Amino acid sequence: MEQVAFFFGALGALGGAIAVVAVKNPFYSVLALVIHLVFLAGIFLLLMAQFLAAALIVVYAGAVMVLYVFVAAYVGGIEEPKWDSSPELKVIGPILAVALFIAISIAILGSGLSALGTPGPDEVPSGFGTPEAVGHLMMEDFLIAFEAASLLLLIAAVGAIVLAGRRREDPNKLPKGGES
Amino acid sequence: MDIEWYLVLSALLFTIGLIGVLVRRNPVVILLCLELMLSAGALAMLAFSRMLGNQDGQVFVLIVLVVAACEVVVGLGLVVAMYRRRLPLDVDEMKELKG
Repeated sequence: MEQVAFFFGALGALGGAIAVVAVKNPFYSVLALVIHLVFLAGIFLLLMAQFLAAALIVVYAGAVMVLYVFVAAYVGGIEEPKWDSSPELKVIGPILAVALFIAISIAILGSGLSALGTPGPDEVPSGFGTPEAVGHLMMEDFLIAFEAASLLLLIAAVGAIVLAGRRREDPNKLPKGGES
Repeated sequence: MDIEWYLVLSALLFTIGLIGVLVRRNPVVILLCLELMLSAGALAMLAFSRMLGNQDGQVFVLIVLVVAACEVVVGLGLVVAMYRRRLPLDVDEMKELKG
């Protein structure tokens, strides 16, 4: 049963990922990423990460993807020829990526970690992966990381406003290096 | 399911994301492919967290989600700024900082 669920989720996640890269219109790429994330959340559930699966759906497939859809619609569906990249990259890119995959696979299979061939320990701490357990860890052991993350979010929000904020329309007051 | 399967799936997803980053030219799609790579990393961390029976990895993944959200916000802000200045939305055309 678990195998069926895993392969179902893996096929969906891989298909969504391939569609993100292969589809011409950025708008459809965003929708493909939503499909990918939904299947990925199912795989998170198999790994006993219930809270993170829910967070992935709510934060990613919900909030962040809405932002993407918004920007993709605002910028307009600029279609590019599918593989019309610069000619060197068109060849070198996939070769590099496949080489990286082979290297990672060698690292995984040759790591000698005997636990890799098992589905993980049978007994896990009670409440493994629940919001309660993760929240306890976050507030007790990883408080500094939590605060740093909140600070980072604040900085990113301010940065996005500075970057994308509407400039004054007066042509004399354009910032340096403006439209010329 | 053995942990190896999750790790190989994560490596495949990372590879697909890398191909997208290298080959596509639209900055929005490049950001999407970066998301793919980050989620592949998150999957690997969750697999190791399950393998060790230790939940610290899950907190790590949560922080990665926050960092990814920040990266998206700044990246999309840049895309909107490029659009407002009527620059071409094509990373191959953005050569001014190229040495």
